[in-house]
Amino acid sequence: MERASVVFNTIGYILITFLAVLCLLPFLLILTGSFTAESEIIRDGFKIIPNEWSLEAYKAIFRSPEQIVKAYQVTIGLTLTGVVLGLFLTSMAGYVLSRKDFKYRNAISFFIYFTMLFSGGLIPWYILMVKYLGLKDSFLALLLPPLLSAFNVILMKNFMKSIPDSITESAKIDGAGDFAIYWKLILPLSTPGLATIGLFLALGYWNDWFLANLYINTQDKYPLQFLLYRTLASAAVLNTSAAANLSPDFRPPSETLKMAAAIIVTGPIVFLYPFVQRYFVKGLTLGAVKG
Amino acid sequence: MSGIFRELRKNSVLFAMIVPTLVYFIVFAYIPMVGVYYAFTRFSYEGGLFGSEFVGFKNFEFLINSGVLWNITKNTILYNLAFILIGNVLQVTCAIFLSEVPGKWFKKTAQSAMFLPYFLSYVLVGAFVFNLFSSNGVINTILAQLDLPPYDFYLNTEPWKYIIVFFGIWKGLGIGVVIYLAAIMNISDEYHEAAKIDGANIFQRVKYITLPLLVPTFILLILLALGGILRGQFELFYQIVGNNGMLFESTDIIDTYVYRSLAVNFDIGMGTAAGLYQSFFGFILVVTVNYIIKKIRDDYSLF
Repeated sequence: MERASVVFNTIGYILITFLAVLCLLPFLLILTGSFTAESEIIRDGFKIIPNEWSLEAYKAIFRSPEQIVKAYQVTIGLTLTGVVLGLFLTSMAGYVLSRKDFKYRNAISFFIYFTMLFSGGLIPWYILMVKYLGLKDSFLALLLPPLLSAFNVILMKNFMKSIPDSITESAKIDGAGDFAIYWKLILPLSTPGLATIGLFLALGYWNDWFLANLYINTQDKYPLQFLLYRTLASAAVLNTSAAANLSPDFRPPSETLKMAAAIIVTGPIVFLYPFVQRYFVKGLTLGAVKG
Repeated sequence: MSGIFRELRKNSVLFAMIVPTLVYFIVFAYIPMVGVYYAFTRFSYEGGLFGSEFVGFKNFEFLINSGVLWNITKNTILYNLAFILIGNVLQVTCAIFLSEVPGKWFKKTAQSAMFLPYFLSYVLVGAFVFNLFSSNGVINTILAQLDLPPYDFYLNTEPWKYIIVFFGIWKGLGIGVVIYLAAIMNISDEYHEAAKIDGANIFQRVKYITLPLLVPTFILLILLALGGILRGQFELFYQIVGNNGMLFESTDIIDTYVYRSLAVNFDIGMGTAAGLYQSFFGFILVVTVNYIIKKIRDDYSLF
């Protein structure tokens, strides 16, 4: 191999390896942290590789797993409902907007697209949700906001535009109704688009903590990420000046327990993402999003 | 009007299929736009939308005179500039190396590793920060092992800028690399083959073929990002900084300010005013950027 290529490849391997490790490192630190003996952390602090390994944190969590099980149920329920309902509404809207014989498709597309350009902001939206729709502490407050997004509708519309018109036209001649055409012909042809948007939706629901933070009061309704957030936040206080005001017999949640909770909460994503990664790549390269 | 009714009758099923979506956007996107009126009131919860006292531009005046608006605007823009510039340069560099170095397994593994942060929740980013920077975090453990004095990150404002920029770029690296890799794959092999025959080495080929052909994508992505430069990454900042007031001077962005107005200070009028300011100028920015893109490459414009 020529000299320049050797130099180029060496730099490439070093840089890419360095960055790849940097991307994994924080996660690995949490992983090793969760397997460290509590006593070691109190004595020495977190290490990259612990001296004493321990399963104690996981045992402690699984001794009384009610809260995490409950949060898993909430998150799985929300994710499934949200993905199915979201995909149904998004694909229906996308199909209608992709029909060239639908007269108002451009006006409606813009009506939806405009919400990406301008919004009333967080506070008017919050007041609407709480004061006028009465969604405080309701699962609907977690389900509805991520359900439909202008980005997804337009992505779906662009995807369905690439399906030949002749399919719709010939089915119409055979006397099929519009909904039947969408349900029986267009949906099966749209699986790559549905997979991409379904994954966007699933990731949004799975990783949400913000909506729960705004709207949910009851502990039984906490989704996974918010439960983790609360667990971590109760400890972050101890690192600030507020800690001085706490009573001496206040017991902070143990350090390793927090790390173990983070691992348990993230678990499925880490195992699943290498398999779904390519759908994201496909979705991102589906083309520019246009109104 | 009769046209609409005829169309309604003809395509009634299609209308029925899109009505839920339209209702959704009216309720959750358009009705809140009416709520920007709060920005001009001294809000009272009982009064609600039209029962609160009208104060004109008082909230905006306060935001400007107190210096808050300037500070959060400056922070939002500077952080976003750092994310956009450093992020894109790193992504292009990684994509070029990933496309050229041999070794299928290595490339696949490295790309997956870089993509992991995209899938993790911001709460986990908060957990990383705790694990690394708390008083018994990894950094302080290493310092202790080297016999250096401990460093209290929570009493110093300086390092947080870099921590935020690091995690911001960290989270977006994988997805950016994918976009640039797709652009590189679109470059015809013929250019490289021809250059090889002419005796160009890899550095020359990258410099004279790959980089120039990536410039349009690079500029386009930068421009698109600049259109959203007033929009902050709330989750990133909030999970790293939280409500730690000591750090606000250098880490408060428009989105965190609006959130605190709602959840901590209950200053609805002020928060809505800051949000409206962000939406309004953000809108003007996007429209301007789109106009520029339309001039350069019409097919890449947003609308």
